[in-house]
Amino acid sequence: MMASVRAELARLARWPTAWVLCGTWLLLNLLFGYLFNYLSYRSNDGGGFAEPGASPAILLAQMMPENAPVTMVQGMPMFGGALVLILGAVAIGSGYGWGTWKTVFTTGPRRLVAIGGTLGALGIVLAGLVVVTFGLDLLASYGIAVAESQPVTWPGLPEVAQGLGAALLICGMWLAAGVLLGTLARGPALAVGLGLVWSLVVENLLRGVAGLLGPLERLTDVLPGTAAGSLVGALGALPQSDPNGTPGVTTTIGGTAAVVLLGAYLLAFVVGTMVLTARRDVTS
Amino acid sequence: MSDDIVVTHHLTKRYGDRLAVDGVSLTVRRGEVYGFLGPNGAGKTTTLRLLLGLVRPTSGGATVLGHPPGSPAALSRVGALVEGPGFYPYLSGRENLRVLARYAGLDRVAVEAALEQVDLTDRAADRFKSYSLGMKQRLGVAAALLGESDLLVLDEPTNGLDPAGMADMRDLIRAVADSGQTVLLSSHLLGEVQQICDRVGVISAGRLLTENTVADLRGQESLLVRADPLPAAEAVAGRVLGTDRVSRVDGALRLSAGAERAAELTRALVLADVAVREIRPQARTLEEVFFEMTEVS
Repeated sequence: MMASVRAELARLARWPTAWVLCGTWLLLNLLFGYLFNYLSYRSNDGGGFAEPGASPAILLAQMMPENAPVTMVQGMPMFGGALVLILGAVAIGSGYGWGTWKTVFTTGPRRLVAIGGTLGALGIVLAGLVVVTFGLDLLASYGIAVAESQPVTWPGLPEVAQGLGAALLICGMWLAAGVLLGTLARGPALAVGLGLVWSLVVENLLRGVAGLLGPLERLTDVLPGTAAGSLVGALGALPQSDPNGTPGVTTTIGGTAAVVLLGAYLLAFVVGTMVLTARRDVTS
Repeated sequence: MSDDIVVTHHLTKRYGDRLAVDGVSLTVRRGEVYGFLGPNGAGKTTTLRLLLGLVRPTSGGATVLGHPPGSPAALSRVGALVEGPGFYPYLSGRENLRVLARYAGLDRVAVEAALEQVDLTDRAADRFKSYSLGMKQRLGVAAALLGESDLLVLDEPTNGLDPAGMADMRDLIRAVADSGQTVLLSSHLLGEVQQICDRVGVISAGRLLTENTVADLRGQESLLVRADPLPAAEAVAGRVLGTDRVSRVDGALRLSAGAERAAELTRALVLADVAVREIRPQARTLEEVFFEMTEVS
């Protein structure tokens, strides 16, 4: 298995698409987590990217180092998740288009070992991305605290662990969803399209009509996006409904339930990928 | 260990209503170059995919080096290029092979040796997507040559190669076979197969039509004689070889005899005042045999 992980890491490390996606996430995280909020705070009109009525004091508090673990994860239920979903879908799906799965599967490792290597390598990439994101967030928040002459209070170890764990679970779930879609579609384009439509459109539409249809409400409570948003909400991020809130963040279900749901989705997506890979014919 | 490297029993693969492979039973023996012939869509590639475990049979079975197709025990001793090379376009040829070597637990020395074998060392640092079709094909063969395998499965390895590249590939395949490896070669280029294969299997519409040595398929060599007057030539040839071994074909004589009888016949014809315009050995080409078989089927 380790040979497969090393092989996949070697090729992912040289893949421009992976760097573009990770770079995009880091940039968006800084823009929406700090830069736009800071500009909004400095303009002192409560406008910019915040809802009307947003409190500048809350805005500033969200950008302090103490709050970095929560700020890091608040963008993950939506665009962070969407980006890692794309990464998972193209990492797996492209292999069918290029014919590299066929080449790898005839090289020697069992299919499950080969796909396990890819999942392991993607997990390592994700862990690295989360750590780098947190590091950049700490730097940005420190810079803002110094610029605004605020006392610098670093987050406690439990909060850091919670934030990193939540980030890994949320992004891991979306990454695994992308991997499953890439495997199902045996190509990147359809997988990415379906994944984005689901994560950015369908879940929101379902939530929109759930108020009209009672049974649908129970369904929307257990959707992947709801679970991801609820976990971030449970960590203390303000929900979308709050003027200072973040899109995708919700308090629909409790933190523990969200963790269980996300874990279940992650496991289901990984098992689904493994089963499909092991059983299906490789014809491309 | 058995001398039968690949054995299939009524191997069948059905896609919906279409039988891609229909009860194929073939045997590839140790150390031979086995040519798998058939027109496009005959089922060659599907059969090779079945032997590599990429697709599963609908019925029937096979063993590769004594193991089930696609099992790690079999694949660790098989090198394969199936239906064109599949590589990461953003990596160089060398990096692609290194990724595969990591999967197979091989070192960089094996990568350089494989690049050297297909004469791709000079362009190994270039990205795969910048390669010509022929270079991509050679990299695919290099991937198949990685490590020390007992069986090399090559699906149309000369696709996209120029004439010099095709000749190089033929030499490479013969050298691989001479080193003791068994080669299973799928191709629709019959001249290529005739030159390098020891035995062939002919497949059409999913069914194996025959399996034999190239020499047996082409049949016994004959001599073609053009001479004047032809009746006198026919009489002389009949005296020398026996009348049952002489026949007229398109204003010439076809004699059931090998090239070693040509000098004797020429002398007899000249002594009988027959003007010999042409005398040459003639055998059916594999192409002629192939068309006869596939047209009949």
